[in-house]
Amino acid sequence: MQYPAWEDLELGAAITTPGNASNLKTGDWRSSVPVLDEDKCVKCGLCAVYCPEFCIAEDEEGFYRPDLYYCKGCGICAVECPKEAIKMQREGE
Amino acid sequence: MGKRIGTEVSIAVAEAVKLARVDVISAYPITPQTHIVEDLSQIVANGELEAAFIPVESEHSAMSAAVGAAATGARVYTATSAQGLALMHEILFIASSLRLPMVMTVANRSLSGPISIWNDHSDIMAERDIGWIQIFGENGQEIFDLTIAAFRIAEDKRVLLPVCVNMDGFILTHMIEPIEVPDQELVDRFLPPFEPAMKLDPANPVTMGPVGVPEIYTEAKKQCDVALTNSKPVIEEVLQQWAEIFGRKYSLIEKNGTESAETVFVTMGSLGETVMTAIEELNAEGQSVGQVRIRLWRPFPKEEFKQAIKGVKRLIVIDRALCPGSTSGPVAAEIKALLYEESEKPEVINVIAGLGGRDVTRKDFKTMLDMALKGEFKDDYTIWGVRSHAE
Ligand code: SF4
Ligand code: SF4
Repeated sequence: MQYPAWEDLELGAAITTPGNASNLKTGDWRSSVPVLDEDKCVKCGLCAVYCPEFCIAEDEEGFYRPDLYYCKGCGICAVECPKEAIKMQREGE
Repeated sequence: MGKRIGTEVSIAVAEAVKLARVDVISAYPITPQTHIVEDLSQIVANGELEAAFIPVESEHSAMSAAVGAAATGARVYTATSAQGLALMHEILFIASSLRLPMVMTVANRSLSGPISIWNDHSDIMAERDIGWIQIFGENGQEIFDLTIAAFRIAEDKRVLLPVCVNMDGFILTHMIEPIEVPDQELVDRFLPPFEPAMKLDPANPVTMGPVGVPEIYTEAKKQCDVALTNSKPVIEEVLQQWAEIFGRKYSLIEKNGTESAETVFVTMGSLGETVMTAIEELNAEGQSVGQVRIRLWRPFPKEEFKQAIKGVKRLIVIDRALCPGSTSGPVAAEIKALLYEESEKPEVINVIAGLGGRDVTRKDFKTMLDMALKGEFKDDYTIWGVRSHAE
């Protein structure tokens, strides 16, 4: 991401483009990634409810999968899943 | 044009704020600022000024409400003193970093403890680095004029910063002086309605005061620092326009006394008037002594100050606040740092005088000069008038 020079900052460092938080790639923060075990998952959707990034959505097969652009790897989904269907795996492993 | 009236300076400040047609006044009463906001609340209640008067529950709230109101594009005024200013502390930085124009009078009073309601500059010196424009007035007329001019300065598109006008508590706030109050029409000519550069507006949403992540914070600070530094020529320009309309000229740094004086007193605030009479008498006695008054404290008028003291052998810098454990008082520290690079620089004597309302008279300045000429100031700084068993 390109950060602005001080001359290009808005007055008082204000944000003048509403809703620009959706551009923020919180996925950059991740050191672990949630991996779904489809055999254990009962498609209850609880992980999506608990995800603080609201980045888990239902796919065509009914599985709940994170959008890795936003998933910050916090592991809350893995803790909250009643079926232990999500394992956190170190990035790059 | 206008009328000349005998009035308490605090009442005159309230009148200046009224003439500036402020939209919002948010303040909490504190001695010796009380008369200003008391009078303003009356002016608003009487319907003489169409403004919202927010009687907040603390100074922290006063400044917070001022920030909120300024963010909506209102012309905002507040006033405080000592502990009240200290209670505003964290929000003062926010006002300047959001680049919100507003005007605040500080009725300078000593910070406790021990508890003191009397005058010195310890309150504002503790807030030196808030990023506001900081002006010191010397008498009632000056405070009145600068209060109105402060709105023009703050709201100028090249500035967009809050301005703090310092007036010595009691010595100025409670003094009755003849003050020339101009007609509203003339003030309106000088001070057009406020047009905010940015404001909270549902039709054009902006987020003011978001997190400054490490990648942004430094640049945000740079923006404010440059804005404050660059405000100096605008302040000069506004004061020049004031002079053209109202006939009273205020420079950033003012000089009095013998041309090419050997010794020069440096002061901020009302003590400058006492120095002025002292040096008149000293000049009459043939002493080569002058004075320099610092009217603009932030941004510090570096070039103007250097120019004003060119060729001077000795500066006696009067500080009205203590920097415990430091090399000198705040004003002397500023001046010493400024002169460090100069090849020819005067001796800088630092006297911390008039703490907690202790009187400083003409006689004191004469004694200071005498001691300076005899080389009797040995320490980095001298706290004036301390009773002691030593010597
Ligand atoms: S909480 Fe577990 S079981 Fe429920 S949908 Fe998410 S992964 Fe599947
Ligand atoms: S790891 Fe955290 S951010 Fe990522 S999907 Fe799970 S709950 Fe959401």
